[in-house]
Amino acid sequence: MLAFILRRLLTLIPLLLGVTLLVFLLMSLAPGDFLTPVKMQRDVPTELIAELEREFGLDRPWYVQYGYWLGNVLQLNFGYSWSFKVPVTDLIGSRLFATFLLSLTSLLFAWCIAIPLGVLAAIYKDSIFDRLSSFLAYAALSIPEFFLALLAVWFAAVTGIFPIGGATSIEHEFLSFGGRVLDRLHHLVLPTIVLGIGGIAGLMRIMRANFLDAIRADYVQTARAKGVPEGWVMFKHVLRNAINPLVSAFGFSFSSLLSGALIVEIVMNYPGLGNLIYHSLLREDQFVVLAAIMLSCTMLVLGNLLADICLAWSDPRIRLESHD
Amino acid sequence: MKSLFREVLRRRLGQISLFTLLALYLTALFAGFLATQPVNQQNLDATYHPPTRITWHDGGLAVRAYRLVDRSGPHYEVVPDQYHRVRLFAPGFDYKLLGLVPLKRHLLQAESPEARLYLLGSDSTGRCVFSRLVYGSRVSLTIGLIGITITLFLGLIVGGLSGYFGGKIDFFAMRGVEFLMAVPSLYLLLALRSVLAPRFSSDQMFIVIVIILSLIGWAGAARVLRGMSLSLRRRQFVLAAESMGQSPLRILRLHILPNLASYLLVAATLSIPGYILGEAALSFLGLGIAEPASSWGLMLSQAQNIKIFMLNFWWLLTPGAAIFVTVIAFNLLGDVLRDVVDPRMKTQ
Repeated sequence: MLAFILRRLLTLIPLLLGVTLLVFLLMSLAPGDFLTPVKMQRDVPTELIAELEREFGLDRPWYVQYGYWLGNVLQLNFGYSWSFKVPVTDLIGSRLFATFLLSLTSLLFAWCIAIPLGVLAAIYKDSIFDRLSSFLAYAALSIPEFFLALLAVWFAAVTGIFPIGGATSIEHEFLSFGGRVLDRLHHLVLPTIVLGIGGIAGLMRIMRANFLDAIRADYVQTARAKGVPEGWVMFKHVLRNAINPLVSAFGFSFSSLLSGALIVEIVMNYPGLGNLIYHSLLREDQFVVLAAIMLSCTMLVLGNLLADICLAWSDPRIRLESHD
Repeated sequence: MKSLFREVLRRRLGQISLFTLLALYLTALFAGFLATQPVNQQNLDATYHPPTRITWHDGGLAVRAYRLVDRSGPHYEVVPDQYHRVRLFAPGFDYKLLGLVPLKRHLLQAESPEARLYLLGSDSTGRCVFSRLVYGSRVSLTIGLIGITITLFLGLIVGGLSGYFGGKIDFFAMRGVEFLMAVPSLYLLLALRSVLAPRFSSDQMFIVIVIILSLIGWAGAARVLRGMSLSLRRRQFVLAAESMGQSPLRILRLHILPNLASYLLVAATLSIPGYILGEAALSFLGLGIAEPASSWGLMLSQAQNIKIFMLNFWWLLTPGAAIFVTVIAFNLLGDVLRDVVDPRMKTQ
């Protein structure tokens, strides 16, 4: 088990090196750098700009810059955000929490709705409920995420029940602890629903198909034949087996949520990691982009690892060592 | 191929999706004919105009007259008992049918110049949303087709060759593919776009977007195609062709490719929505198709304005509905095709 986890974590090293190299190359190919806005201002002396360029190594070729950056990162120095004027680690720390919270709530939301719906659709196969839910799942899979987010903002604006954007309200700092929690939750409702809906549709379809496969298995017939009550058969025998593929889907959705939240975060103005990466990319705030992309790649690998570990835990037939 | 088409038409969902797509593509082809106004004709006296009602009046089609009541809203009101005649197949602005034939006739045209004919309202600069929607369909409907062609071509070459030859080529190609799949695609998209965009004019942006989307999409296709050509490689007919001394390229083209055709067809149909959504998202973020050209995602980016939410200008959200219909039609067609091609994969 430990050897398996270690081996998986080792694959992270070439991946991170490759991704950062690629991003570095792409960003150096793009015209301008993070000092371009400073250069535009007339009152900044050219000597200062030249000094700054030397300090950040911008006068060197990109591979030398990459070397410098890599050296700094190995000493856990992720650099300084030019546009936000704070160290990258501080910036990302606060954004990561917001994105993490959103991912967690939308995952929870998607799972709590998708599994019961999928199970019910499978048990009452071909009923009106089944048809309606699979039609809705189809529609949810086809609706563009940013359009759904727009509709949510629309809903918030028209009804005024939910805030239009952001993660906290203006008076957040002055609220009591309980008030702060409630305030955050209030801001989380719409983004959670928007992000969760796509997940619900996919999970529900998988759950239904798995459940139907498991219902036809021999052990279910055996269980029924020996007089196990129907509800117990469904819960103990069918559900236990049908849920395995979903457990591995959990890890994937965890990792994809972090990058999938980008558009929703932008439209709903949620101060998360995706929003940060988007704006830093536009401003060519190199160090922020690099650190954030490294983080989301790490999340991706960790998510997949988590999926495998969860699967091994829920299904004793799977041994991690054997599958490489 | 012909029987496949007939099989699809025999299913009700197949009929619905095929006819929807047919209607959409005809719209894109005859955009000039269907549009009531030139794509970029602005009218600053008629910004955020609500959809004009077409009625039957005095033995012919007519459109109600509107009056600007409040400029700050802006808010319009129907003028009672004032109508403007609307004619079918009437002459209007110049356009080129299918990009070749110069024509003047349009499906709907108002007779008098002061009549406002906004089938789906107007946007912030008074451009006709319906006309822009019709012209914008060209981007969304072609981007998927071109994108998937490039993707499958790349995927087929890399996947097919690495599956066929195996060994070192296979190893390096697959590590590359895994790398591409591990990078969060949206970030890669943004980074690629920022590199490529300044080198092209806004007219060429369409091509740039297609290329970016295909560059990211081909990895998954390559992986599946590699697996399939790997298993085909050991089949008798390939071995026979090999022992007859046929060249690898000829074997790939004549023996392996036809066996992959049905998979390619299904995969292509099911991945087209990805391209449509990708373009829409990019244009929505202001990184794709740029003004004054029209695309559904670009039109939706206008709808982000808080004024639009507060004053309920719902017609600016119609491009979203258009994207939704297109995507669902492709998804349905893909599912039907999969059922026809491979009944074992059928979802219960």
